Amino acid sequence: MFGAMLGEAWHAMGANRLRTFLTMLGMVIGVGAVVLMLAIGQGAQESVKRSIDTMGSNLLIVLSTPPGMGGARAATGSIPSLTVKDAEAIAELDGVSAVAPTVNSSAQTIFSSNNWNTSVIGTTPDYLDVRAWSLSDGYTFTDSDIRSGTRVALVGRTVVDNLFGDISPVGKTIRINKSPFIVIGVLESKGQSLDGRDQDDTIIVPLTTAQRQLFGSQFAGSVRMIMVQADSTEIMSLVEDSINNLLRQRHNIREGADNDFFVRNLTAAANSAAETTRTMSLLLGAIASVSLLVGGIGIMNIMLVSVTERTREIGIRMAIGAREYDILLQFLLEAIMISVVGCLIGLAFGIGGALLINMLSQTAIVISSQSVVLAFSVAATVGIFFGFYPARKAARLNPIEALRYQ
Amino acid sequence: MTAPLILVQDLHKQYETALGPFPVLKEVNLRMDPGDYIAIMGPSGSGKSTFMNILGCLDQPSSGDYILNGQHVATMDKSALAKVRNRTIGFVFQGFNLLSRTSLLDNVALPLVYAGVDKPTRHARAKRLLERVGLGQYLRSLPNQISGGQQQRVAIARALVNEPRLILADEPTGNLDSKTSQEIMALFDELNQEGISIVLVTHETDIAEHAKRQIHFLDGSIVSDTANKKPVEENSMEAA
Ligand SMILES: Nc1ncnc2c1ncn2[C@@H]1O[C@H](COP(=O)(O)OP(=O)(O)OP(=O)(O)O)[C@@H](O)[C@H]1O
Ligand SMILES: [Mg+2]
Repeated sequence: MFGAMLGEAWHAMGANRLRTFLTMLGMVIGVGAVVLMLAIGQGAQESVKRSIDTMGSNLLIVLSTPPGMGGARAATGSIPSLTVKDAEAIAELDGVSAVAPTVNSSAQTIFSSNNWNTSVIGTTPDYLDVRAWSLSDGYTFTDSDIRSGTRVALVGRTVVDNLFGDISPVGKTIRINKSPFIVIGVLESKGQSLDGRDQDDTIIVPLTTAQRQLFGSQFAGSVRMIMVQADSTEIMSLVEDSINNLLRQRHNIREGADNDFFVRNLTAAANSAAETTRTMSLLLGAIASVSLLVGGIGIMNIMLVSVTERTREIGIRMAIGAREYDILLQFLLEAIMISVVGCLIGLAFGIGGALLINMLSQTAIVISSQSVVLAFSVAATVGIFFGFYPARKAARLNPIEALRYQ
Repeated sequence: MTAPLILVQDLHKQYETALGPFPVLKEVNLRMDPGDYIAIMGPSGSGKSTFMNILGCLDQPSSGDYILNGQHVATMDKSALAKVRNRTIGFVFQGFNLLSRTSLLDNVALPLVYAGVDKPTRHARAKRLLERVGLGQYLRSLPNQISGGQQQRVAIARALVNEPRLILADEPTGNLDSKTSQEIMALFDELNQEGISIVLVTHETDIAEHAKRQIHFLDGSIVSDTANKKPVEENSMEAA
């Protein structure tokens, strides 16, 4: 019985191919859009989440100049306002668990015949703790390396791939801006940062070594940035305030004058970035759902036309023994079949589109089984919901009037 | 005395129109025993089709009783009525009323779908009936690929597929030429001889003569109810 009905529904779908195709198109576009938008939205969320996870927790950064002005100041050769002494003072504040002053610049690195331009960070051993960064091989440098300014280096995954290939880097000597450094450790891969940089394309060396031997010695003791880890998320704004007060005092900034430094709550920024992507992906999904709804209305429209056109057929079926339920089921199955087949095609297009976007633009995508199941069940629901009214209309026809219908 | 197949008592039917109630059937009484063969005649608009639709449980009377096969039709719900149309009654219409996009085999098998019969049985029974009405070679054809007379044979096969006790035919030969009409009537005669009761509506006296009994409608009432004198066999002998 059910099998025969399915066969008839299939038959009816094939009876007016162009119309079925156009009706289905609404569903195809709707489901395709939902799947694609969910894939992009979830991909964005996923990569933000990963960036946050690899960033380190409860992080504040103190920059020597406000962001955006750094380039101009550096170009004019002004002295960075922050010093190692500032960092040491911040470390004494309540609620601060670790502090890492850093300098950084890009540098040319060479190993045997391989060249690679990368970002070199000079910092203290605490940096790895603050960033929750571990080593996949070797060991890190210590305070005594800072004191004596040894030429040792920790290398990121990307640097390893480009300089060493398959060779194990630990113990090898590389040249950074022509000075030889011994690689003592390999950093665990972290992937992309929130702003899309490759965090593994980096080399970490002791702060003093960087200051004296890599980036020129005229600003000895100055740093570009201080990373500060707070004890907990709750006290971060408190810590932010005390850093502001402390540095204004230390830099002798008069009441009302502008700071010559800038404090940023990285964790809060990251959380708001996560919130933004979440909202964005919800919005994308919502907009896509509208097209699914429009597709559903298209199905309802066509089913209503179909019921009217086939009134006489319905009358004949009733005359030979179809119950209301049989007619209802027949039209409902047709609507569901259109939406489910449309959904399957839409799924294929949505997933294909997402993979294509990923391939062409490296945009992160996540195709979760939940989103596929969601799209599918929404499509089936749309079919049932929008198919029900026309189907019931068909089932409630009076057999005599239906038979007389011309 | 056998139980009647159809018992109609004091049946009235009126349509509600814009000009007020419009009576179509007035005080109709009829008794039909199993195996009977009735031809209904009467002028256009006298209520024949209306009466047939009520007999076929497609329409309900305004008042009066209709007892089919011992059951009061008025007491049945919609799905019980559908079941009666499916199992007890076979319909044959003037306009054939086949599903146009459906093969002859599936057209004939359709009542069995609603009876819940499985596919192999459906196809076997439909095929047997199409062979019986002489259309065994057209199983996969569509209705518009065969002639009107052939389409009416398909409709008869469909009416027979669920082995009904009663066939209701409203002007079954109305769209056919006289030779084809006689062929269709020969089929009805054969079915009646096998024990199936038949009620048919016609405007032609030579068609009506195939029946055992003739009823005349005039203005919504039965004005005459007579047994046919000539047996059917003699009639067809004369024609031959
Ligand atoms: N739905 C309806 N509403 C109002 N009046 C109707 C309706 N259906 C039929 N009638 C009227 O009922 C009367 C009987 O119609 P019916 O179809 O039963 O006649 P008939 O005897 O079958 O005629 P014919 O020989 O032309 O087929 C007609 O006058 C017709 O106009
Ligand atoms: Mg009529």
